[in-house]
Amino acid sequence: MDEAIRAEVVEVAGHGGDRIQAYFAEPLDSGRRPGMVVIHHMPGLDRQTKETVRRFAAQGYFAISPNLYWREAPGADPDDAAAAVRARGGVPDERLVGDVAGAADFLRNRPSASGRVGVIGYCSGGRQAVLSACHLPLQAAVDCYGAFVVGQPPEGFPIPIRNLTDQLPDLGCPLLGLFGEEDQHPSPAETAELDALLTSQGKEHEFTTYPGAGHAFFAVDRPSYRPEAAVDGWGRIFAFLGRTLEG
Amino acid sequence: MCTYLTKRLEVDGSGKGAAGWMRVTAASVYFDHPAHAPADHTLNVDLLNPDLGPAGRVALELEPRSARQLAEAILELLAAGPATQTT
Repeated sequence: MDEAIRAEVVEVAGHGGDRIQAYFAEPLDSGRRPGMVVIHHMPGLDRQTKETVRRFAAQGYFAISPNLYWREAPGADPDDAAAAVRARGGVPDERLVGDVAGAADFLRNRPSASGRVGVIGYCSGGRQAVLSACHLPLQAAVDCYGAFVVGQPPEGFPIPIRNLTDQLPDLGCPLLGLFGEEDQHPSPAETAELDALLTSQGKEHEFTTYPGAGHAFFAVDRPSYRPEAAVDGWGRIFAFLGRTLEG
Repeated sequence: MCTYLTKRLEVDGSGKGAAGWMRVTAASVYFDHPAHAPADHTLNVDLLNPDLGPAGRVALELEPRSARQLAEAILELLAAGPATQTT
């Protein structure tokens, strides 16, 4: 594999049939491909998210990140878009699921798609990856330090962010969870609670909590970056996807 | 973490954004990831003019200590000004 890729902006049919922009990348060499939907974090579809999309493509996946803020801020800078959406109360869960569904359909409709699609999200996107996997026919989900999958969200947020405990029985695919021991949201106690809950429900999952790492340890341009955790985490992600999407 | 916590309020004034001066009519205040500041979390303020779209924004990302000092300075100056003009 020479890791040659093409990356471009495409349009997908999101929630309610809305046309929204997405960042898409694909390998140039031939072969049947699984797909990965990358859910961007609260700061928007930014440079780092696009780098993640390209990384999956270089590893042999069709990869896409739908711009969850396109409706409120078409064409805006990611930080301005994030601010506009925050000012309006955030992205409702139902709309997020619809947008991920549209992005996953786009990947399945590629001519050489294998039909198997996974989802990954970081931070707020981690919770949304789990949410998506509870409602959509996906084959793998990766939650990187998503808060409020369990536990109590803060009060007073205009859109009531609620935990997913009542939706976890519908989790329809294996879940990989990567967390930092020094993170407060999700805290080690919360990820242990999630671990126990999924075990009791017979849900296939694999969790790793890294000592010396807090929130956002994958973020290479933030002080929170922890190379050891991030390198190991990427290894676990591709091993997990190799089993669930490429097998 | 993404704190999600956000205070939103109406304001009345002006701010200077990427396209120059503009009226600002709304504000978001939140403690969360910055887009630019070299920190994991900052106290962020967006002064907004929603009529101008997402780019109608003046943005601040402050270290918590700086944010407190700024807030205290604002309140101190408002308290010291003529009551008829600062309430």
